[in-house]
Amino acid sequence: MSTVTDAKRKAPAGERVADWADGRLGIYSLAKANMRKIFPDHWSFMLGEIALYSFIIIILTGVYLTLFFHPSMNEVVYHGSYVPMQGIRMTEAYASTLEISFDVRGGLLIRQIHHWAALIFLAAMFVHMMRVFFTGAFRKPREINWLFGFLLFVLGMFTGFTGYSLPDDLLSGTGVRFTQGAILATPVVGTYISFFLFGGEFPGHDMVARFYSIHILLLPGIMLGLVVAHLILVFYHKHTQFAGPGRTNKNVVGMPLLPVYMAKAGGFFFLVFGVIAAIAGLFTINPVWALGPYRPDQVSTGAQPDWYMGFAEGLIRVMPGWEINLWGHTLALGVFIPLTLFGLVLVALAVYPFIESWVTGDKREHHILDRPRNAPTRTALGVAWITGYVIMLLGGGNDIFATHFHLSINSITWFVRISYFVGPVLAFVITRRICLGLQRRDKDKVLHGRESGIIKRLPHGEFVEVHEPLSQQQLHTLTAHEQYAPAEIGPSVDENGVERKVTRGQKLRAKLSKGYYGEGNQIPKPTADEYKEITSGHGHH
Amino acid sequence: MKKLSARRRHPLAAVVVLLLALAATGGLYAAFAPAGKAQADETAQSLAIEEGKRLYATGCSSCHGTGGQGGSDGPSLVGVGSAAVDFQVGTGRMPAQQPGAQVPKKPRIYSQAEIDQLAAYVASLGAGPITPTEKQYSPEGADIAKGGDLFRTNCAQCHNFTGEGGALTNGKYAPSLEGVSPKHLYQAMQTGPQNMPSFPDTTLPEQQKKDIIAYVKTVNGEETETPGGFALGGLGPVSEGLFGWIFGLGSLIAVAVWVAAHTAKAKKS
Amino acid sequence: MSSQEIPEKNLPSEQDTAHGAVAVAEDPFADPGLPPHKPRVQDIDERAAKRSERTVALLFTLSMLSTIGFIASFVAFPVEKIVYVWPLGHVSALNLSLGVTLGLALFCIGAGAVHWARTLMSDVEVADDRHPIEADPVVKAKVMSDFAAGAEESAIGRRKLIRTTMFGALAMVPLSGVVLLRDLGPLPEEKLRHTLWGKGKQLINMNTNEPLRPEDVAVGSLTFAKPEGLEEDNHEFNNEIAKAALMIVRLQPQDIKDKRELDWSHQGIVAFSKICTHVGCPISLYEQQTHHVLCPCHQSTFDLSDGARVIFGPAGHALPQLRIGVNDEGFLEALGDFEEPVGPSFWERG
Repeated sequence: MSTVTDAKRKAPAGERVADWADGRLGIYSLAKANMRKIFPDHWSFMLGEIALYSFIIIILTGVYLTLFFHPSMNEVVYHGSYVPMQGIRMTEAYASTLEISFDVRGGLLIRQIHHWAALIFLAAMFVHMMRVFFTGAFRKPREINWLFGFLLFVLGMFTGFTGYSLPDDLLSGTGVRFTQGAILATPVVGTYISFFLFGGEFPGHDMVARFYSIHILLLPGIMLGLVVAHLILVFYHKHTQFAGPGRTNKNVVGMPLLPVYMAKAGGFFFLVFGVIAAIAGLFTINPVWALGPYRPDQVSTGAQPDWYMGFAEGLIRVMPGWEINLWGHTLALGVFIPLTLFGLVLVALAVYPFIESWVTGDKREHHILDRPRNAPTRTALGVAWITGYVIMLLGGGNDIFATHFHLSINSITWFVRISYFVGPVLAFVITRRICLGLQRRDKDKVLHGRESGIIKRLPHGEFVEVHEPLSQQQLHTLTAHEQYAPAEIGPSVDENGVERKVTRGQKLRAKLSKGYYGEGNQIPKPTADEYKEITSGHGHH
Repeated sequence: MKKLSARRRHPLAAVVVLLLALAATGGLYAAFAPAGKAQADETAQSLAIEEGKRLYATGCSSCHGTGGQGGSDGPSLVGVGSAAVDFQVGTGRMPAQQPGAQVPKKPRIYSQAEIDQLAAYVASLGAGPITPTEKQYSPEGADIAKGGDLFRTNCAQCHNFTGEGGALTNGKYAPSLEGVSPKHLYQAMQTGPQNMPSFPDTTLPEQQKKDIIAYVKTVNGEETETPGGFALGGLGPVSEGLFGWIFGLGSLIAVAVWVAAHTAKAKKS
Repeated sequence: MSSQEIPEKNLPSEQDTAHGAVAVAEDPFADPGLPPHKPRVQDIDERAAKRSERTVALLFTLSMLSTIGFIASFVAFPVEKIVYVWPLGHVSALNLSLGVTLGLALFCIGAGAVHWARTLMSDVEVADDRHPIEADPVVKAKVMSDFAAGAEESAIGRRKLIRTTMFGALAMVPLSGVVLLRDLGPLPEEKLRHTLWGKGKQLINMNTNEPLRPEDVAVGSLTFAKPEGLEEDNHEFNNEIAKAALMIVRLQPQDIKDKRELDWSHQGIVAFSKICTHVGCPISLYEQQTHHVLCPCHQSTFDLSDGARVIFGPAGHALPQLRIGVNDEGFLEALGDFEEPVGPSFWERG
């Protein structure tokens, strides 16, 4: 009896707090499932973490900025400390951004951290998505998480856009003007949407205040919810892993959350924050003071959006100026087509997991990642998409590339116009060939061993290269991938001789499936029999 | 060497070779790329000639005609004034080297005294804008902020916010204003060289030109303050995006590789 | 389109059966199971472990020092102090020192934690079992029957009137929210069709704020103008200049190819809208020798000697021209408003 009370009295303070919390929140059950949760180690699994941490950094610095920023379009005459703007008329939004940059100690640093982190956030999400795409991590059960991630990327783009528009400087104002022009090009409702969004004619007096509430409340609120959901699903599904000895579809191999990942992931947050803070201390971003306040009759050359809107800018720049005037209405195809393409390019990304699962007809869970080479058609499609995206990024910067590489802006535009159609096709073909080549090499390695680089002279004078056989771990890793057989439509008549109805969907699927997995579109992996035959035959090399 | 050949088949060998190849290509390009330096040595002997007309006859008449009346290769110089000559020859644009979308700036080949002689000769062909005096173009005491506003209305559309330059149609360009002297800035506005429109005193008075010069010197000079750190060329989101990807995300991925890598195992002893 | 259309045999067999159990002789590619753990230097050599410990502690100490440096910089450097640092240029001393010290303080914490995890915490790999996400049929059956019971008890299936009216009410109630958005802005009406220009309005030089005379405008020059009466401190200045901004150039009358352009000019002086017809950037990259004007945003190119028609880029129609003349006092004036809407195309433009 006395020993029990003793133990109770001696329970450390931390434990007592935990007991208290457990009685109300049930934290012990939660911790039991998660505290020693296993995470696999691979650098590419940390790309999402870069995105997550830069998102947190953006929120932290963003809150600080709201303390000083005035989201108002009231006009003031500047009399602050930046000499080249003294006496200039500007909105309070621009004036308060100058104040943050020049009068608030550390304000400039926080502004630059916020902006650099935003660029890196979007870049990290992009690379993270590519990692998930090329390794097939989007397959069941993770399709919904792919969509969450996709939404985060798109919302991130618009949060970034509304954010860099807030200072109301000449560069961002030009971007807002473009947005307004693009909205006007929307058939039927465009003019009305523009008048409602801007509170009347452009630029009006409401834009900054409205963008502000969208930028700091609406979009980040949704994003925060999506981030939490995304992370919950990552925990719930458990992380994917690459094939390897001991790694199966029914386990996850790695190190426990406590302590290793607590230290690694927690430490990585500080590393990311540290790198971004140092970049913000050393490198200027968006020097709004050099750009001047927005006026709709002023402009500068080199007017680009931040990089993540660059491919939309490219689409808009290289589009020919088509316009249809009919029955008293104008359809500005020169703006509307790029706008539609912008949506379609993104949607293609969103729906891909569903298309692939329809083609394969595979409804099983997949927790082992594909090496990109082992899914040649998917990899080639991904590279083709990226090629188109990058070509449009180039198009979006055509004036900068023209001056810095001494080219004609018109030639660059034509190059982009043509290569937007040719480039992805070439990229597709080339990538698939490279993937198949790598598959062949893997097969060779499995069957004949690794080329050691050692040349041996045989007694009869022949020179051969010694091949080292692979270890069983390596053999397993190189043959662990799954290979689908192409789907067949089947005979056109069933066993009773009655004609079967083959829908167009089925035909399309069979065609696609053949494109993915048909002969020549993947290299059959070596079988155990092939291996045994070669190794027992022994010595023909 | 033995070590090298043993590692020839290392899985990372291809990466190393690729990096070496890239470095070599870059080096070769740097070595053989056109240096863009003037090679107008043949005009060097004309340096001795003192008189503008004789200078003109040797250096300019082949394109602009013996009397400055112009020809198929160069426009008439009647009425362009001394300011245009001082700008064109003083910035090294004239004499031009080769036909192209635009005649580029290069190291000048005439001394200021010779340029003055040439200018006097061309000015005698017909009245035109006169080379400004230092009092006219000196940015001393000018209104920088007003200059900035004027710059954004009249100049930034081609020359960029801070005068970094920008692209025009079919390979033409508005050059960077970095390091351009106040006199040449003034003359460019005054005369409208090549495809640049002119901004005569009737629409952009002398004082406003000074304001603009003062602004350019403040935001794009040797002493220009870039409080936020290295300016990345002042080109805006394109260079920022490239930097964010390559150095920002690049260094973070490098860090991630370190975080995720397996710690070296103890060697079997 | 159900999964049954793909025969089971087409799906590749799963690899997870091996689990290290299958004899190598039977399947050379069988999973040999997790390789045995190999120790790190730190696991077997206490001196190496001590070295790691010292490194981690050093990093954490560095972080503390950096934070002190951050606070010291914040106090020491005035916000306006500029220093020259090669190769960065003339930078703010405060921004540089705060950024570097904060970066270091954070980075050292991270580096310390990661080094600790990598060298001193256990690096034994362990396997955790996965369980299928899908519930097993028993659970599913229970949920379905619970749901059926709940639905039955609510009688939503039987009492159709309730169901229909409820859906109706739920569908309609958001309409209030949509209606509330109405006052976000006025209706477009004819606002995009008119600018401040009108008959007799003088052309005011943007730079000097004075009315322009024809003789002020030289051939090859570029001038921007606004309508008389529009001042920068007007509340609606930005909204009005966004439509009324004007670009004035003078051509030799014989260079003007378009007849209407010539008719609407004055002694070769032509006035075009400065607002691009693509998406509204202030277009003004005028090349005086080619008479081309380029938009810096999307590179639409217009030929000012030929009615400002589009010769390159994404703009859909020519820049609107303002008809100009000279008033009794010898100043340039507009002879009316633009005959077509300026700026980007919109649905009602026609």
